Amino acid sequence: MPIELRTITIEPLRNNYDHLEKRFGHKPASRYQEASYDIQPVENLHYRPTWDPDQTLYDPTLSRIRMRDWYDLKDPRQLYYGSYTQARARQQDTEEANFEFVESNGLVMLMTDALRQQALDLLVPLRHVAWGADQNNMMVCGYGYGTTFKQPCVFYALDQLGIAQYLSRLGLLLGGQDALVAGKQAWMEAPAWQDMRRYVEDVMAVRDPVEVFVAQDVVLDGLLYPLVYERLVDDLLAVQGGTAVSMLTQFMTRWGAETRRWSDSVVKTMAAESAENRAVLEEWITQWGQRAVAALAPLARPVAVDTTDALMTEQIAAFAGRAAKAGVTIKLEH
Amino acid sequence: MPSNVFLVLQSNDDTRAIVDAIEIDNPKATITRQPAMVRIDAPNRLVVRRETVEEQLGNPFDLQAMHVNLVTLGGNVEEDADEFALYWDN
Amino acid sequence: MDTKARQPKLGLREKYRLLTRDLGWDPTYQTRETLYPYAEYEGIKIHDWDKWEDPFRLTMDAYWKYQSEKDRKFYAILDAHAQNNGHLNITDARYLSAIKLFLQAISPGEYTSHQGFSRAGRELPGVGTQVACQMQALDELRHAQTQIHALSNYNRFYNGFHAFVQQRDRMWYNSVPRSFFDDAMTGGPFEFVVAIAFAFEYVLTNLLFVPFMSGAAYNGDMSTVTFGFSAQSDEARHMTLGLESIKFLLEQDPANVPIVQGWLDKWFWRGLRLLSLVGTMMDYMLPKRVMSWAEAWNIYGEENGSALFKDLARYGIRKPKGWEDASKGRDHISHQFMLGLYQWSFGTAFHGWIPTDEEFAWLSEKYPDTFDRYYRPRWNELRKLAAAGTPFKNYGLPMLCQTCQLPCLFTEPDDPTTLCHREVEYKGERYHFCSSHCQEIFDHEPEKYVQAWLPMNQLTQGTSGGGGLENWMKYVNLVDGQDNGDFEGSQDQRNFAQWKHNSVSNQA
Repeated sequence: MPIELRTITIEPLRNNYDHLEKRFGHKPASRYQEASYDIQPVENLHYRPTWDPDQTLYDPTLSRIRMRDWYDLKDPRQLYYGSYTQARARQQDTEEANFEFVESNGLVMLMTDALRQQALDLLVPLRHVAWGADQNNMMVCGYGYGTTFKQPCVFYALDQLGIAQYLSRLGLLLGGQDALVAGKQAWMEAPAWQDMRRYVEDVMAVRDPVEVFVAQDVVLDGLLYPLVYERLVDDLLAVQGGTAVSMLTQFMTRWGAETRRWSDSVVKTMAAESAENRAVLEEWITQWGQRAVAALAPLARPVAVDTTDALMTEQIAAFAGRAAKAGVTIKLEH
Repeated sequence: MPSNVFLVLQSNDDTRAIVDAIEIDNPKATITRQPAMVRIDAPNRLVVRRETVEEQLGNPFDLQAMHVNLVTLGGNVEEDADEFALYWDN
Repeated sequence: MDTKARQPKLGLREKYRLLTRDLGWDPTYQTRETLYPYAEYEGIKIHDWDKWEDPFRLTMDAYWKYQSEKDRKFYAILDAHAQNNGHLNITDARYLSAIKLFLQAISPGEYTSHQGFSRAGRELPGVGTQVACQMQALDELRHAQTQIHALSNYNRFYNGFHAFVQQRDRMWYNSVPRSFFDDAMTGGPFEFVVAIAFAFEYVLTNLLFVPFMSGAAYNGDMSTVTFGFSAQSDEARHMTLGLESIKFLLEQDPANVPIVQGWLDKWFWRGLRLLSLVGTMMDYMLPKRVMSWAEAWNIYGEENGSALFKDLARYGIRKPKGWEDASKGRDHISHQFMLGLYQWSFGTAFHGWIPTDEEFAWLSEKYPDTFDRYYRPRWNELRKLAAAGTPFKNYGLPMLCQTCQLPCLFTEPDDPTTLCHREVEYKGERYHFCSSHCQEIFDHEPEKYVQAWLPMNQLTQGTSGGGGLENWMKYVNLVDGQDNGDFEGSQDQRNFAQWKHNSVSNQA
């Protein structure tokens, strides 16, 4: 006997919350829209911060960048917490399988000592860079304005913590605890790493949230991820027998490509807002870009050797090309 | 008089083995079943042992998987790979 | 190469240390003070950040794995709820007042916590603490979002949900939670963590989520139960962060003890006042009740709180100052608050009502010492007026407490027949308070609390929409005759009855 399902159709009174209907009209909104738009308090703030009475609790004037509506800075990936964790859980599964594969097949043993050392020298100190990136993005999330701009930054911060942890595990796998000790020592003392460490510490001293976003996510990571993971690891180390390393950094390679789509789109929207914004972005991207190039070249040299200069020139061109697409004209020297 | 520590888990199939394991390892624990949740109280200390859960489950178990079904707790937490403990220091 | 053979296998504890703590370094190109500018001014002294204990050693891979599992379950239930008209399974549309208030008053607080923990996760100069705060920042964003998602389906069919965003910033009673969270965030990073992670999460959220969510289960609201329990599973981590932070601060330096005690005194009382909203929801707004506010307070406040403060006694910490008065108010606050809400229901984005006889019986059973004696007579008066067709509306503006921003409607701790009122003069202005504890909080930081945005004062000054009730309603996106007023005769009541009827009959 067929079971009769008793269902009724009820006409809803409205399709969505008022603030979303105002922005997007009377159609049902997406989960991303519901989760993100207008959920930061905007008015009738109660008290001035005791830690800095010159600021208000949510203060768009902390930045030199001005937006009529900060919610124009949307995330093309439309990530909210639920979709974010689902996406990362899948990537984490793949990364875990890669670690498992490398370990169980003894792939590290197939690498020469010299190659393994090269990988450790290049990658282990980067876990401290990632921790700097984590803190810088917490700053943007904490002090930036408008949820669609800030929310990707808390995801970015915790992603960077995850990356720092993958890099630490990579270090442990390739060289044990000693590798982490040596990596930290290089980070603190080795001349090749000092421009990089100075860069990260200097960004941490900046209190303009959009400048921090530009210096860290747009400039430093915009140059570092393609250079280190796509070119140095996936191309150069891999052909020398370092496929294992390239498997262990697959998360970073894909993550870099994914997040660049977001950061590029934010720059594009900010630059399109006003000539003043564009000028500020050009100034920041040029200044920080120049320093980032100088900090990255010495890290590439042990791996890229005499192709280093060509590689840097190529990377700078690609970076400037992306900036130009976003409406920002810059010229960096190597 | 000892203070009670407590642990509240969602009531579902995933937590059955955990609750059984708690009963085995904590003879002084009181188990109360409420709508949609299970509450476990114990004087001063309560432990969840991975090994006991695994025996009940018949499968390997990672104690951190308990997070998925944890509703709330009371007491100081001490956790390592083999044991999750709640305690009061008084 | 035999690196692995040379090195001992790492335990969970040591591995976690390497994967978090060890990421930090002492800066040399910038000073610590430049990079962590807000770490000192509160007077908290930390000598060794490495003494911080991580109770849950959750690395990001595990975080993503378990949290995504929770969310997968949550959204599956939510989708099913929307597809099957799950809103018709609730006991009665009156119940919705409770979750309307939840969305307007509590969910924005989750978002504020997310912001506050993002800042603390950046400003505290110790990696272990930062990581714990950062994960909490991410969790709190989750809570705000899952709540908005869960209640979105109710919004499509019922009034009072649609303007929670505008009402968050403008509605008079929402300035209670807003000022609470703004207060915490405008404090330094240590005070923020103590306020939210400890006083709010550890001491008080069990009272918010656990009994309230069981109440939602009793009333057939599976989507609220799901977000509630799902959020609460994160709270277990947050509470532990709170307890750990307190112990850490107390162990680091004896000079921290009086500062922390002051914060506990302040935030316990701030939290308790905020929770009077919850007590009212539990005692009056759930058609099918699970436990009274007084019972919940006994279990989660009295019993659990006592165990905790006994544990902290060895550091020289005593129970918060307001503890005794909280117990004295236990049998009164929900009645006093609901009586207030009823007379101002023209200005709330949820419905008020006079309890039924059956509810009167429940209330007098749960509150044998107070209900029949003090509150039943007042309800009976209101009933008479309503029956005569002249329901009592109090169009006078209530005086709000300068600190907690609730109307000054609570009574003296030792005399339930006298309204409690305190006032002080500060720099030529007069300020009013609902209690000695709220006044004391003001006295301690007057420069802060004189800045409070008091919605009633704005109303009389005509700054909220241009003066007059009609303009004010526009200003707060309140649809008169739909969102507000008595539940009896409301559109929600009519629609629910009609839809429910259709769903069990053969009419289309």
